[in-house]
Amino acid sequence: MLKFLHGLGSPPRFHQLSRRLTPWLGGISLILLLAGLYGGLVLAPADYQQGDSYRIIFIHVPSAWMSLFVYVLMACFSVAALVWRVKVAEALARASAPLGASFTFLALVTGSLWGKPMWGAWWVWDARLTSELILLFLYLGFMALQSAIEDPRQAARAAGLLSVVGLVNIPIIHYSVVWWNTLHQGSTVIRAGGPAMDTRMLIPLLIMAMGFMFYFAAAVLIRARSEVLERSSRSRWARAVLENDQ
Amino acid sequence: MTHFLEMGGYAAYVWPAYGLFVIVFAANIILPLRREKQVVRALRRRRER
Repeated sequence: MLKFLHGLGSPPRFHQLSRRLTPWLGGISLILLLAGLYGGLVLAPADYQQGDSYRIIFIHVPSAWMSLFVYVLMACFSVAALVWRVKVAEALARASAPLGASFTFLALVTGSLWGKPMWGAWWVWDARLTSELILLFLYLGFMALQSAIEDPRQAARAAGLLSVVGLVNIPIIHYSVVWWNTLHQGSTVIRAGGPAMDTRMLIPLLIMAMGFMFYFAAAVLIRARSEVLERSSRSRWARAVLENDQ
Repeated sequence: MTHFLEMGGYAAYVWPAYGLFVIVFAANIILPLRREKQVVRALRRRRER
């Protein structure tokens, strides 16, 4: 396993693996998303209080989960890049950022679209929403820092430092509904005693979450391999790739 | 069918949410794939010189 991971650090192997895996990852993601959407939009019953508006949950919650997960992953990639000087990890960190920002954006906007009919407000400065907004700024800051610094190594180092410092926001987001008096509801799925949600709603939600995960895997690998190819453009393996195809 | 499209009266909130999801997901696949083609083209051109 360790040897596999170590092999992944090699740019040519990473590039080849990405090319081979992404169609499958994308295909699985599409199937899961379609199944989840059918389960959530068609099969699941309406909520007795919220009617059909709650169906936003099937986008909102997986996006929020991914926004947190991708940030932690991005920080880990950054640390690996900083500590072990793995170029592939740098590319993966860099590729993760716009995806994480996209998930955060989706979580915020779909939350807003849900909040307006349910709470009567597009936005409230409660702890959960505010800390998630800060997460978006962290992602954007990471991306801005990378593009502002010319040397890619230095850029990765500075942005990596930002990502690690920002890690503290992740538990804050998660526990915000416990530590503070929030309008946003408390945890319904990840809680002691198990999920407090009807199975007919929970199953599509979990399927969507898996679909989002596979989607992220495909998307990040596609993004990262372009950068790896570009950065190694003078190497022999890159020349072989350019000659062989497309 | 109408009930599905109307989402029990919440259509104005539910469908934009799903629409945004589709746009964001499509963009994050299409744009990187396009970028990859550009990178390959640019690198090939550079080598020919």
